Amino acid sequence: MALFARAPIAPLEYSRTLWMRLWVGAVMVFLYAPLVVLMIFSFNDSKRNVVWRGFTTKYYEKALGNDQLVEALLNSLTIAALATVASLLLGAVAAVMLWRFRFPLKGAVDGTISLPIIVPEICLGVAFLMFFAAVGWPTDPVWPFNLGAITIAHITFCFPFVTMVVRSRLATFNREQEEAAKDLGASEWQVFRDVLIPHIKPALVAGALLSFTLSLDDFVITYFTSGPDTITFPVKVYSMVRFSVTPEVNAASTLLIILTVILTFVALKAQGVKAIAETH
Amino acid sequence: MAEQDWKTNRGVFAAVSLPTLLWVILFFLIPMAIVWLYSFGENKGLTEIDISGTLDNYKRATEWLYLTIFGKSFAVAALVTLICLIVGFPVAMAITFASEKWRPWLLLGIMLPFWTNLLIRTYALMMLLGTQGFANKGLGALWEGTSWIKTLVGLQPLPTWEPVQLLFNNFAVVFGLVYVHLPFMVLPLYAALDRLDRSLIEASLDLGAGHFRTIMRIVVPLAAPGIVAGVMITLIPALGAYLTPDLMGGTDSQMIANVIERQFKKANDWPFGAALSFLLIYAMFALIAIQSMRRKVPAVG
Repeated sequence: MALFARAPIAPLEYSRTLWMRLWVGAVMVFLYAPLVVLMIFSFNDSKRNVVWRGFTTKYYEKALGNDQLVEALLNSLTIAALATVASLLLGAVAAVMLWRFRFPLKGAVDGTISLPIIVPEICLGVAFLMFFAAVGWPTDPVWPFNLGAITIAHITFCFPFVTMVVRSRLATFNREQEEAAKDLGASEWQVFRDVLIPHIKPALVAGALLSFTLSLDDFVITYFTSGPDTITFPVKVYSMVRFSVTPEVNAASTLLIILTVILTFVALKAQGVKAIAETH
Repeated sequence: MAEQDWKTNRGVFAAVSLPTLLWVILFFLIPMAIVWLYSFGENKGLTEIDISGTLDNYKRATEWLYLTIFGKSFAVAALVTLICLIVGFPVAMAITFASEKWRPWLLLGIMLPFWTNLLIRTYALMMLLGTQGFANKGLGALWEGTSWIKTLVGLQPLPTWEPVQLLFNNFAVVFGLVYVHLPFMVLPLYAALDRLDRSLIEASLDLGAGHFRTIMRIVVPLAAPGIVAGVMITLIPALGAYLTPDLMGGTDSQMIANVIERQFKKANDWPFGAALSFLLIYAMFALIAIQSMRRKVPAVG
């Protein structure tokens, strides 16, 4: 017993009581067990995913040798990068607009900007499908222009998140800094670049990360906006899962999980866990 | 400090407002308007759609078949939200009251799955739940164990274990949705609990209330805004879920999003799909309206 009870458990130390620990442990197992099993079985030397038959990396070779899969992954990363840059610009200026100015119909504008967060993905996907069909958007121009439709759709649902994050950061901005800069002769643009941008930088990092993951993650909206020849990673994985479950999917998924973990840790280095948690 | 009137600095206002406003109008409001218009149209031939102002699509959506699907989607989403709340609340409590050293790691543990690709998570769960998967093997082992104990005490052994169908049914859809949406619930709950004044809990405990009573009468009412936020953040995406029922559900576990998808990808009935989409959006608005009404009512007691 001495091993466990270093100090008596204080009333508020809920997380030190046994049943709480069991509960949290069980939830963590619930959240991680499927992912861990998936990663382990990506090294399984068997066509079917059920019995362990020895270690192999041949499915990684297969996945990386699968041109369609690699192309889909490249498409996804390109779209995510483009959508992130555009969402940062649009989201940040929208946040500045809502924070700084008083203007007619402000409530309506504010509500409309956050609407893409609330509207179900499926409805947004349907809307883009109809929109691009109605305007006669070209379906197969050369790369990377064939990704245009998907990128536009992604920007629309990513930038409101950037606005949200940047806005909450702007709320802590001390306007006297801005006035001081102006008194010292800074122009509007210089104030923006040298005072405001440094202040909202953590929010920009968080927003960029959020946009990138949201874009990389999206299946439903992409499924409706992708043309016959433009596949993204989730769409490709979807068709692979739908028609045949192979260890190749495990290998590709493992690579993406590792990418996610790396991105998360980069974000942690830049931000600290607490700041990231506050953005959600 | 007060906000600036837009007229005092038109140049800057135009620079910060026009890009976003144009984008929202062009690539959000116009697409949504097209869906809305099409929902009053009818199919004329294979690709031609005539917007005739008909209400037939909405009338069709009130047919029994579609009403049951709407009802079922609500029921599934509500059940998923409830399970997430029950499972997530103690986790949020544990994170809130964890030591400084542990808290960031617990938070990270909840957030990492949240950032992992949804499709990959669904696929991973499918692998585990399949008839040959580990979940079934675990249950089988439990079954064998019970059987063995029964023979030990001199009872008849249980019949041999048959793998249960854990995938492609309603159970799988609920299980999958809980798996996917749990982090959505825990994070707002944690945010609300973290802001709580701990001396109130201590006071309640000092005055003789038990832990359970303190949680029900002090913590829950004070964290109500966070609970409502968590419920909304879980309920709304769960109601519009497409991927989980599509991949993990059976033929009878279609949710509303699957029916909408079918109108576009298979049945080729765009006007009807558009009408269903807008009904789903109206449902979301109704939920949000109910929530904001609740907020305006002053708390009694």
